[in-house]
Amino acid sequence: MARRSERRSAGSWWYLLFVIQFIAVLWPPFYNKVDPSWIGIPFFYWYQLLCVVVGAIFTAIVYFATDA
Amino acid sequence: MQDVNWTALIIFVLLFAFITWLGFAAARWRKGDLDLLHEWGLGGRRFGTIITWFLVGGDVYTAYTFIAVPALAYGAGAVAFFAVPYTVMIYPLLFLAFPRLWNVCHKHHYITAADFVRGRFGNRWLALAVAITGIVATLPYIALQLVGLQVVIGALGVTSTGYAGDVPLIVAFIILAAFTYSSGLRAPASIAIVKDLLIYLTAFAAIIVVPIQLGGFSKIFAAVPAAKLLLAAPGANTTGAYGAYATLALGSALALFLYPHCITGILSASSGHAIRRNAALLPGYSFMLGLLALMGFFALAAGLGALPEYAQGFKQFGNNFAVPALFLNSFPSWFVGVAFAAIGIGALVPAAIMSIAAANLYTRNIHREFINRNPSDKQEAQMAKWMSLIVKFGALLFIVFAPTQYAIQLQLLGGIWIIQTLPAVMLALYTRWFNDWALLAGWAVGTFAGTAMAIATNLTPTYPLAFAGFTFPGYTALYTVVLNLLVAVVLTPVFNAMRGRATPLDATVAADYRG
Repeated sequence: MARRSERRSAGSWWYLLFVIQFIAVLWPPFYNKVDPSWIGIPFFYWYQLLCVVVGAIFTAIVYFATDA
Repeated sequence: MQDVNWTALIIFVLLFAFITWLGFAAARWRKGDLDLLHEWGLGGRRFGTIITWFLVGGDVYTAYTFIAVPALAYGAGAVAFFAVPYTVMIYPLLFLAFPRLWNVCHKHHYITAADFVRGRFGNRWLALAVAITGIVATLPYIALQLVGLQVVIGALGVTSTGYAGDVPLIVAFIILAAFTYSSGLRAPASIAIVKDLLIYLTAFAAIIVVPIQLGGFSKIFAAVPAAKLLLAAPGANTTGAYGAYATLALGSALALFLYPHCITGILSASSGHAIRRNAALLPGYSFMLGLLALMGFFALAAGLGALPEYAQGFKQFGNNFAVPALFLNSFPSWFVGVAFAAIGIGALVPAAIMSIAAANLYTRNIHREFINRNPSDKQEAQMAKWMSLIVKFGALLFIVFAPTQYAIQLQLLGGIWIIQTLPAVMLALYTRWFNDWALLAGWAVGTFAGTAMAIATNLTPTYPLAFAGFTFPGYTALYTVVLNLLVAVVLTPVFNAMRGRATPLDATVAADYRG
């Protein structure tokens, strides 16, 4: 039981990755702009699509780090 | 309107015939006794990571989403992209909270969220509130799936005046009702695989082909009016479009997995691990949805609204015609058939799951709780099958006889209502601190205030909250769930003091929530 709780608390730092995801998309002034655009797509659009990909990677990291 | 597009129509009908066969054949897939509710209504809780991915993906990213999000981009511009941050925030919530729900429901054989609330708080009235909210929020959602189906059938050129025009819709719906009745959740689970493969194929074909046809992304975005390209920067003393955008995304994310059809999808998984893995895999759909949202801009850049051949379609279906018109304009007929079938089948999958979820709620938390307390297993499953039919035909009647706008407005209200179950369902996964009657009072206040605020803003999603000279336009659902929570927190010690020591038994223990 002690070992289990130790593992849980060590693992819990990984959950901060989720907080980063929330902050990244919850502050529109940061990404509500056209430049820098990428292959003609304004920043507003490619940034948020990138957040989806990064979010998936973060979630996978948390999964492997905590769901051993 | 354009003539019937025969090539597209034949492909469409063939694909529909295939999924009809698949829907009935699904009854024999991972065979279980369909006279048991958890076999009919949850597929026996046997779906692994991959099937859950298709099922929940087919459930969350509905046909209506694929029509309405690009339509919003086409009509209103950047704000439509809120669907993307929304889906970024869903998955951490799915990862953290919902494996706990799966664990406790698996342990106690709960089939609905209201079953869990009943066990956790021992209060059947609180469970009833959760069940009724779920059913009422789901019904307009089913009706909206039919709107998606209606648009693609119309775009195939199958139109006639009066109620005869609804015949194809009615046929599609009878098929849906029949295979849901006979196969339960196995039907949408198997069909979701076909539907999702078709949708991915369509989305990626469109994202490659259309920009090439239109001369690249630079040209497409240059054609989008400046007012639609970005969110409007807020003026003085208001958080303006920024606050609205962020609260819409956050509120929608908090509400989504409280919907009965999403909970049904989650509970049908074979383990909490399958759910966690899906939190990392389901963003694949979010990415595709983001690409599809861009289709609204493609339609703008292609100038489809000005072309005479699509004038009738835009007149009949409004901006919802943007994506079908784009596909008609960009793809050869045979691929139009594939794309439209993807959207049409994409309507049937969530509609089936939603009707099953609503039927489970009625059967378990209304009928069993208040009408027949000791049904046999077979009676219970039979009741759910009948309810799934009743729910679907109700939605069909609504779409045939009531204006589409009503379904859209009710679905908006549904979002405000369903989020009010957050304290009793999602927070209760972590704590039993709340008093059950305080939760019920919070639910009632949140539901009433949310409905009043929505009516005061003419059924638009955001409410301009004014405070100390500042205005904070934000998603009504998010504001009212905060109010709901405040009421529950304030009343909990009061009601606990009034009740004395006779706190109802919690049927669950802490270990039930861990995998």
